[in-house]
Amino acid sequence: MAESPLLCVEDLHVTYHTPTGMVQAVKGVSFELGREKLGIVGESGSGKSQTGRAILGLTSPGGEVQARRLEFQGTNLLHADRRTLRKIRGAGISMIMQDPKYSLNPVMTVGKQIEEAFLIHSNDSKREAYARTLAMLRAVKIREPERVYRAYPHEVSGGMGQRIMIAMMMIPEPSIIIADEPTSALDVTVQLQVLAVLDDMISERGMGLIFISHDLNLIASFCDRILIMYGGQVMEECKAADLQQAQHPYTRGLLGCLPRLDGSQKELAVLQRDPAWLDTQGSTS
Amino acid sequence: MIDIQGLDVVFGHGTKTFHAVRDVSLKVEKGQSFGLVGESGSGKTTVLRALAGLLDRVAAVSGSMTVAGETLQQQRSQAFRRRVQMVFQDPYGSLHPRHTIDTILSEPARVHKLERIEERVVAALEEVGLDASFRFRYPHQISGGQRQRVSVARALITDPDIVLLDEPTSALDVSVQAEVLNLLMRLQREHGLTYVLVSHNLAVVAHVCDTLAVMQNGEIVETMSVQQLRQHQSSMPYTQQLLTASLGYDRSAIDAFEEFGR
Repeated sequence: MAESPLLCVEDLHVTYHTPTGMVQAVKGVSFELGREKLGIVGESGSGKSQTGRAILGLTSPGGEVQARRLEFQGTNLLHADRRTLRKIRGAGISMIMQDPKYSLNPVMTVGKQIEEAFLIHSNDSKREAYARTLAMLRAVKIREPERVYRAYPHEVSGGMGQRIMIAMMMIPEPSIIIADEPTSALDVTVQLQVLAVLDDMISERGMGLIFISHDLNLIASFCDRILIMYGGQVMEECKAADLQQAQHPYTRGLLGCLPRLDGSQKELAVLQRDPAWLDTQGSTS
Repeated sequence: MIDIQGLDVVFGHGTKTFHAVRDVSLKVEKGQSFGLVGESGSGKTTVLRALAGLLDRVAAVSGSMTVAGETLQQQRSQAFRRRVQMVFQDPYGSLHPRHTIDTILSEPARVHKLERIEERVVAALEEVGLDASFRFRYPHQISGGQRQRVSVARALITDPDIVLLDEPTSALDVSVQAEVLNLLMRLQREHGLTYVLVSHNLAVVAHVCDTLAVMQNGEIVETMSVQQLRQHQSSMPYTQQLLTASLGYDRSAIDAFEEFGR
């Protein structure tokens, strides 16, 4: 990549101090993000969501974030004060969560919520905000933007709710979107339609996307580059197109245990976890 | 083994009714696995619950259902309740949090007045790959995959002929899903079980089942063999769209997606 990366993460650690001892959720993750779609894939407990949250400073209380470098376009996110962070959140980096039912305000209309996201990061008039909101709803392929503007979150379907989330996250025009399992709660066809909306906006605006998911097939077909995480560490990094040729035994194991539509396997391969993966990888990466 | 003819399920009364299942008919032979696929709200789980007799108090169920030659009455017989068991989606919600695994597993055996309960519990645990030391643990002390194994063991306690599986692996990681699917396949071979599997995941259905029905808006739009599914031999556009969608993200295919009447 010729241009400098949007986001630079080096040796990221997230540690939780619990009554029963320390839990290392993320152990030495490093990557750079340019104007591309980066997928982070892993099973539950692999630290993929914790990585995404740590970037935005959303690690829950009790968790400690350390990194050699955590920079967004030259700003050090680790030592930024709250004002700077507030500016970056939304306008620089924003996050799409899994379930729109829980991430939208249930007592505020959809339109007002999107407007609020816009007005917080700009000094434009309410009138401008209204026009922008309708345009954004149209951009996420909502057919009747005026009606949806006045709707409450419980009045829209799951797929539409997730489009609304995308609209809200896009309206301050951030450079990076972190999407944490954005479509896992949706039906397959709706899931793909929502992803198409996200995909189009990202390529039109030249943004960077971190797409966090447990779905290996989806990530391989949607993203450009993939990080495979296990036990808080990056096991392997590869181009999405080369996933089938991945070398690491963990990645191979994950691929092997997926039932496939095209071939008939008698028995699915079972993943054998090797404790050695964690130690050797941790010190080298 | 299972013969359902003209099943209709209507929820609600008066003007506020919802017709969840419309004229569904299906047959499953002994020892076979039948898959029901469809998107959320298509009525696939409702068919399963109607068969199990879990809906009679909350919905109007009509149509005829026969299981192993017995025509089902609204009040299911004791024999039916022993013969047909169910495994639910959420391993966290389907085990009593304050009962030990031993209590959970022995309860169905006690209800059906079976003998040698302790032996049965140990044997069922062994069948699903858990050792006897799990008996005195609570559900929160074991992992999600182990809980789903316990749910399967609970279904096996009464020596059923038919096991109804409602999204048994959708809450699990793929590596754990593989273990549970392998377990289900092995149990079917060893006990000659008949399965009805509800899932939104076409690959899982293709792996486990012999025949499947695609549901949409409460109706079966197509019944086909898994062979036909694998070779994409489907005459219905809805099924083809589901197939395309389950192959992964393909930007060019998505614009061609249609809304199927709702």
